[in-house]
Amino acid sequence: MLYLQLFLEFFKTGLFAVGGGLATLPFLREMAASSGWFTESLLADMIAVSESTPGPIGVNMATYAGYLAGGLPGAAIATLGLITPAIVVMLLVATVLDRFKDNRYVGAVFYGLRPAVAGLIAAAGLTVALTSLVHLPYTGKLLELLDIKSILIFLVSFILFQKFKKHPIIYLAGAAVIGIATGFFGL
Amino acid sequence: MKELCQLFIIFARIGGFTFGGGYAMLPMLQRELVEKHGWTTEEELMDYYAIAQCTPGVIAVNTATLIGRKRKGILGGLAATLGVVFPSFVIISIIAAVLNNFAELPVVKNAFIGIRACVCALILSAVIKLGKKAIVDVPTLLIAVAVFVVMCFLNASPIIIVVCAGLVGLLLKGRPVKPEK
Repeated sequence: MLYLQLFLEFFKTGLFAVGGGLATLPFLREMAASSGWFTESLLADMIAVSESTPGPIGVNMATYAGYLAGGLPGAAIATLGLITPAIVVMLLVATVLDRFKDNRYVGAVFYGLRPAVAGLIAAAGLTVALTSLVHLPYTGKLLELLDIKSILIFLVSFILFQKFKKHPIIYLAGAAVIGIATGFFGL
Repeated sequence: MKELCQLFIIFARIGGFTFGGGYAMLPMLQRELVEKHGWTTEEELMDYYAIAQCTPGVIAVNTATLIGRKRKGILGGLAATLGVVFPSFVIISIIAAVLNNFAELPVVKNAFIGIRACVCALILSAVIKLGKKAIVDVPTLLIAVAVFVVMCFLNASPIIIVVCAGLVGLLLKGRPVKPEK
């Protein structure tokens, strides 16, 4: 039953996640909230691992989430669920390939879709930030709410990433080292 | 059968050696498919890529299905697609298992405090990059802001948002254009 549910959830994700990269994040956030297969605080770990290992990020995220939900079979079923709609849609589209690419209606749909995907990922990103950069629940003291160390790492990695567009894995590795070093000194 | 195995292996290699998918996969596709095997041309590859981006699903998977189908029909599409996800499945399963067992170690915990903060920076960068491409006028700005607000305050399903946004796009831009004289 779990496996059927997993397959269906990831089938839906594969069918509606448009735009590549982190497009699956809003769907995984919803799964975390509604299914209890994994917690929202694990979303950041999923992204970190998916960005620093080979393979498409969307596939990596699905495999990771599936593993957390149901071990090795869960990982396999989530991955298959994610790619099934893509296979079906692409095999259908392939037959009308040339007409599809420059179709005016496809362009119009994407005119509305692209900003929506940006908004979806921004909202899901806020959830990740709430589990990573602040200590909830709010106790009434601002200094206890903000995780100063995490916020500093966030700001520095954001500025560096914007300035030097190196691969994310470099920044993730640097942040891990800083996390370990500051922890070692009890900060 | 031989060619199906070959498709699986080539796409497994592409999946196993590209970090990040999406655009990161393009140079690898060019080398394997255009230069080494001559299965497709540069132009055709770019067309496939454009189509893969505006169809549902992971871009790398969509491209694999299209190219595999062109070589060996439906079975070819399946072989290429399974190939491209196979390395992810193996590598991620191992990492997830290891992390599950070592998550409580202080050194792992501390590392992930830094990593999680850095992930937030990566997400913000991705949103800015997407936003720059997607927000081209007032209606697109309104769509982005509206979706963000709705998702922050209501527990709406992303599916509903995706469908509605597509319909709004159709309403705004889908009108037939009168031919110019």
